[in-house]
Order: sequence, then C-alpha cells, then structure tokens
Amino acid sequence: MSQPGQTNAEAQAHTPPPTPGIKMLLTLGGISMLAGLLVVLAFQYTAPIIAENQRIAIEKAVFQVVPGAMERRDFFLDAQGLKTATEGDEASGERIYAAYDANGQLKGIALKAEATGYQDVIRILYGYDPACECVTGIRVLKMAETPGLGDKIAFDPDFLANFNALDAALNAARDALANSIVAVKHGNKTQPWQIDAISGATISSAAIGRMINASGQRMFPLIQKNLAQLKGGQ
Amino acid sequence: MALPNQQEKVTLDTFLRGLWEENPVFVMLLGLCPVLAVTNSTMNAIAMGLATTFVLVASSTLVSLLRKFIPKQVRIATYIIIIATFVTIVDYTIQAISLELYNALGAFIQLIVANCVILGRAEAYASKQKLGASVINALGMGAGFTIALLCLGTVRELLGAGTILGFPIFSANFEPWVVMILPPGGFFVLGAWLLLFEYLKQRREKNLLEKEGVTSGSQ
Repeated sequence: MSQPGQTNAEAQAHTPPPTPGIKMLLTLGGISMLAGLLVVLAFQYTAPIIAENQRIAIEKAVFQVVPGAMERRDFFLDAQGLKTATEGDEASGERIYAAYDANGQLKGIALKAEATGYQDVIRILYGYDPACECVTGIRVLKMAETPGLGDKIAFDPDFLANFNALDAALNAARDALANSIVAVKHGNKTQPWQIDAISGATISSAAIGRMINASGQRMFPLIQKNLAQLKGGQ
Repeated sequence: MALPNQQEKVTLDTFLRGLWEENPVFVMLLGLCPVLAVTNSTMNAIAMGLATTFVLVASSTLVSLLRKFIPKQVRIATYIIIIATFVTIVDYTIQAISLELYNALGAFIQLIVANCVILGRAEAYASKQKLGASVINALGMGAGFTIALLCLGTVRELLGAGTILGFPIFSANFEPWVVMILPPGGFFVLGAWLLLFEYLKQRREKNLLEKEGVTSGSQ
C-alpha cells in the first residue's frame, strides 16, 4: 500500500508482489494443524497428571473438614435417593463426599456450598457429622475477598473455631434445620448455631453462614434419610 | 521477505538489551496488565515471568523458522495462532505442576496470548531475524520481563504481607500495608521503580555530558 507522501518509486519498491489466496489458505491451514497437534499432545500428556492433582486436592480438603477421615467415597444425593458415583459418570443430584476412618466407619460427609461474597462467589467445602448433627469444619476452595479483611474467612483461627461443632440439628419433622445457621456480628454469638463473624469482614462471614444454611436445609435431611446406606458405603 | 537484509549479528548485546536498554516493562512499558495484576507475591511473579518467557522463546523460534513462508497479509493471524498454542501448552503444564499456583494466577495465564511483548517481538524481531538471534533476543526479553515482575513482586509481598516467598522477614510487630497487595499497590510500586530508573538514567546522562564538557574544554 502506498502511503501519502511516499514517492512512486518508493511505493513500488515496498509493494510486494500480490500473494495468491491459496498460499494464505495453506499457511493458515498448516499452522492451525501444527497448533492442533501440539495442543493435543500437551493435553494427552498432562490430562492424567491434572486429574490426579484434582483428586489429591479434593481428598486433602475432605480430610481437613472431616476430622479423623482416612478414605473417601463419592455419591450423588437428591430427593430420589443416593447413588454411588462411578468414574466419569455424572448422575443427577448433588455430589457429596462420604469420609470413613481406617475401620470403614462413617466419620462425616463433605459437601460443597457457594454464595456471593463481597467481591465474587465464595466456594467452600464443609464437613457434616450426621451422628452429632453438626458442622465439623470448612475450607474455602475459591474466593476473591479483600486481602487482609474478607480473606480471613479462609484462615482466621477464631473464625474457623466456629465450625468445630456448629449445631445443625434437624427439627421434629426431620425435614429442615431446627434453627437456621446465621452469622452474627462479632462478639454477639449466644447460640450454638450462630457463627461469630470476623470484625471488618461481616459480609464475607455472612456469606459463609448463608451458604451453609442453604445447603444444610436442603441436604442434611436427605443425608439423615439415607444414613444407613451411607454408613454401609455402598 | 520484503524487507532488505538487516540480519543482526548475535552478540551479548542481543541478550542484554532486553534486560536494561529495552526492558519490556521499565523502558518500553509493554505488557503492564500482568505486571500490575499478578505481582502481589514473589511466587506469582516468578511463575508468570517463566510462563511468559517460555511462550516468548517458543513463539519466536517458530516465527523465525517460518518467516520465509508466512505471507505478509496473514502474518498477524499466524502469530496469534502460534502464541495461543504455546499459551495453551503452558496452561496445561502449570495445572499439572500445581493447582494452587494455577488458581493464584487465574485468568492471567490465558491472557498471555494478548501480552503485547510477545506479539511485538514476533512482529518486530523474530519475523526478520535468523533463528539464533531471535531465540537469544527472546530469552533476554523474557529475562527482563521476569526481573521486572520480581522487582514488583518482592517489594509488594514484603510491604503488603511482611514475607518473601512466604517466609516472614519482619518481627511479629510488623503491621502489613495491605494496600500494597491490593491493585493500587501495583501502581504505587511500578511508579516508584519507574522513578528510580528514570533518575538513574538522567544522572548517567548528566555525568556523560559533564565529562564531555571537561574533555572538550581542556582541548
């Protein structure tokens, strides 16, 4: 293309002979095929390692929120009942992780929950002990809370102590929680089902309370209903 | 190629230029998005720097090898495909190395595709130079980019969290300046580094001028 201000001779010297369309097609096609090949090779090589990493990450989180657990089995749970999760199978219902100790005794269930925090969705994994009907621990999987304030929900020891045995007893009809789990302002916790919020991170703390309550109201009655099957591990 | 032969000889300068004279961050001010976004810790800065260096070197290699075959009209599209391929490979590799690191870097790994340092090198250097010069130059640029990220990452982690690579540096009484690991901290620290570099450059030029003045005066 000749630029304004360029002399004719200059413009001619700079204009390459026109490239045939077929050459452009071949170049782009060839490069794309090479790119595809490289990406597939990289994917094939890393896919099993990534799957293994993800399995270890989930396992670590499950064993952290269910104290004393040594082994995990995955299930799908919904109102229709409990289904064993087999590799690569996506059944209906919510995926739950049942955790057992070395003797095969059910120690607790790990469940996923999420709610909107201060900046973005907070995702957690939390443990539920069906024997004491209480929450046994939480672990934040994903968040974008403010460093120094909201992100304390992941590691503040006083806040995490809330979940050592957070009361989650079912009501008389066994179809919902007897008391909703809520976060209360820092220092105002009076009941075993309340979460003492972090001062300066009330919104993030409240989100944790909201997500455990929503998930618990839905899942705890179902877990209690299918408890015998979960204990058997089948 | 349409351009006349301007093949550059491979010298030490081919590599060193990226570190100082043409540092992508402190001199050319390119690729500032990851510079500001992922330098809130030293580890993130190192990982991002290495990932970018790998993509830079790999794409420069391929672009330089294919420079005689790529028609001018489709060159940018071709470069983007090549860069995107290597970014995807890096993306899988980091996931395989550490999921934690992958989550910390977030979307910025995929965004290496749009890093103008890499496209700039492909267009301005690798598409015109022989393989050796392109690789060496890309390595220098990558090293310069990594060093710049490290400059920001260590300062921000030190002031914002009181640690370096997770190891505490100050006594327990140190109150971290949380703002330093938040987005504004990136701008503060980058500004401070740019100020320092500009000051050093100006002082050197002034010294040179004074020396010249002395020598020409004595003649």
